[in-house]
Amino acid sequence: MKPSLLSVSDLGADGLVQILELTDSFVEVSNRAIPRVPALRGRTVVSLFYEDSTRTRLSFETAAKRLSADVLTFSVGTSSVKKGESIRDTVQTIEAMGMDLIIVRHGSAGVPHRIAQWVDASVVNAGDGWHEHPTQALLDCFTIRSELGRTSADRPFDGLHIALVGDVLHSRVARSDVLAFTALGANVTVVAPPTLLPPAVDTWPVAVSHDFDSVLPEVDVVYLLRMQLERQHEALVPSLREYTSLYGLTPARAGRLAKHALIMHPGPMNRGVEIGAEVADLPNAVITQQVANGVAVRMAVLYRLLGSGVSLTHE
Amino acid sequence: MNEFVLKGATVIDARGRRIADVAVVDGLIAGVGDDLSGGSSIDCGGCVIAPGLVDLHTHLRQPGKEEAETIESGSRAAALGGYTAVVAMPNTSPTIDSASVVREVLDLGRIANLVDVHSSGAITVGRQGEQLAPMAEMAALGVKIFTDDGTGVQDGRLMRRAMEYARGLGVTLAQHCEDDALANGGSMHEGEWSSRLGIPGQPAEAEELMVMRDLALARLTGARVHFQHLSTAGSVEMIRLARAAGQIVSAEATPHHFTLTDAECASYDPVFKVNPPLRTERDRDAVKAGLADGALDAIATDHAPHAPETKELPFDQAPPGMLGLETALALALTELAIPLEQILALMSWKPAAIAGLQDHGGLIDVGRPANLCVIDPEATWLVDASRLASRSRNTPYTGRKLKGRVRHTIFNGELVVRDGEALR
Repeated sequence: MKPSLLSVSDLGADGLVQILELTDSFVEVSNRAIPRVPALRGRTVVSLFYEDSTRTRLSFETAAKRLSADVLTFSVGTSSVKKGESIRDTVQTIEAMGMDLIIVRHGSAGVPHRIAQWVDASVVNAGDGWHEHPTQALLDCFTIRSELGRTSADRPFDGLHIALVGDVLHSRVARSDVLAFTALGANVTVVAPPTLLPPAVDTWPVAVSHDFDSVLPEVDVVYLLRMQLERQHEALVPSLREYTSLYGLTPARAGRLAKHALIMHPGPMNRGVEIGAEVADLPNAVITQQVANGVAVRMAVLYRLLGSGVSLTHE
Repeated sequence: MNEFVLKGATVIDARGRRIADVAVVDGLIAGVGDDLSGGSSIDCGGCVIAPGLVDLHTHLRQPGKEEAETIESGSRAAALGGYTAVVAMPNTSPTIDSASVVREVLDLGRIANLVDVHSSGAITVGRQGEQLAPMAEMAALGVKIFTDDGTGVQDGRLMRRAMEYARGLGVTLAQHCEDDALANGGSMHEGEWSSRLGIPGQPAEAEELMVMRDLALARLTGARVHFQHLSTAGSVEMIRLARAAGQIVSAEATPHHFTLTDAECASYDPVFKVNPPLRTERDRDAVKAGLADGALDAIATDHAPHAPETKELPFDQAPPGMLGLETALALALTELAIPLEQILALMSWKPAAIAGLQDHGGLIDVGRPANLCVIDPEATWLVDASRLASRSRNTPYTGRKLKGRVRHTIFNGELVVRDGEALR
């Protein structure tokens, strides 16, 4: 089995730092007039997205192309999957065509893990159900590292206080971010009503708050999670209006943040719900930087999995 | 004339243990004593002869899901596991909710002729929880246990009426305790592991609330109620307290709930998906304690075959259930720190009494039907899914070394399993 990236916990703190450092060089590549290197020439990467995603798929495909890999898009909507083909048959078919790496997104937790058990190709988890989204966590770490100058190789986020706000329960971004931020030394507070927190959040390495206003002035990063609009029908919040009044980053709340504090969001945003319409455009909102960094981070991940032959998984 | 003597074993039944030969002639036990002869002689040295095991909870999948199991393949798995009787669960297609489907199941069981296949009947039509199934018509064919297993009867008023009606028929209602609204489709136990793995969970309380409700309804109606596959510490404790307060109830637990925990789900392999779900270590230990101290009456397998392709679906989409018949006894012998006599009580005579099966689980006495199993309690073996008699392969125990093996099974006076091989 070739090296895969299924969970942030596969990497360990050292692995995380190594990828962030490698990302620096790919940021430089991305800034060139012709942002392309021949690192993965002759390698074939396939993106297999069972769940719709524009930004993540485009980001991965752009990253692979900048590394000169051949990139194929397996479009679930128009493929044999529609005819009832199983995931196992699909990935073994893909592998038989000589693919080196499969980028997978699926609405169910654990699908990338199962695929990695079934094929020899490398597998990258591009989001599985509520479970994890490791490359999102990596690009979030890279963004914080760049914006706040946290470039130390040893516990670079020591002393940083990061608030993750909103629907942690259903969020794969939150699960990966908690693992990554804490591995790098940050203190993390999750802020949400109890209905939007995992039932055993007390076993996580985080503090828990139900009072956004009291957390606001203390944090270096406020990370807003997307509020899925259908949640109000599942009795998780009484209404989006009440959610916004308690947990939305309104302009008034943004004004109470420390001057240096970053505002982050994984996208797509619900402006006016978890984030005020104007807040997303404030100078300390780094949401577009996150997207820009996503390509370089994914170049680093693909390069480490396919290019160098060095395992991303720490032994 | 079919006669043989089981030689040199320790005989264990509800009366205790003694060393004796057992002679079988024409379906009946013809002698129990020293140096018996007559017909062929079957070596049982170092083994235990016990009444055949009885499974209160078997999914045989026929009619409707023959790709996963048939009554014949499931009966063979049962015989190899030391069982001489099983109670087939009604969540087939069509549902066992009428005399005609009961008749089909019983007929197929007789044709397979490997164990006594008893049928349960559904409590409600189509297991839809809306309208009582014709229980009297099924009871007339010998159905003694009614259940909507696979799901619990959600409506408290309907369950009350079912209990009252069952009392009039002298039959037992068995409940799969799960409050659907609270379980909310959760695929594993809700707790530390589900929080980490991002798999939707169902809380222990989804089971416990229905246990609590049905204990109350049983007191209200005076019905005989049996609680299926209890999996939480709270459920076990409620049964213990109800019994201490004088209430007559019965309850079962499965081998997987006393051997495995929700940590197994970290593999994301749906072979570990089962309903009720694997719980915490504390719950697992409480189930073990309940089996040891008598709070729980029976070990039942919840043998639930599923075709391999369905267990390759994502965890939250795969069907729940695991195989059990061929590993249950060895798991009990390997994992439970209780005497063999007590394990046999939990797997043979107590479930036989709950199911009202006169021909199984009784004393090993002259004149009784010869439904027996011969167990080598010290033999060790490695579980190999590909060698199981079930049509399906969804055992979570592949590669596990277990202690205790069924050597022979005698059903209606005939050897159906000899030296661990099915003869039919």
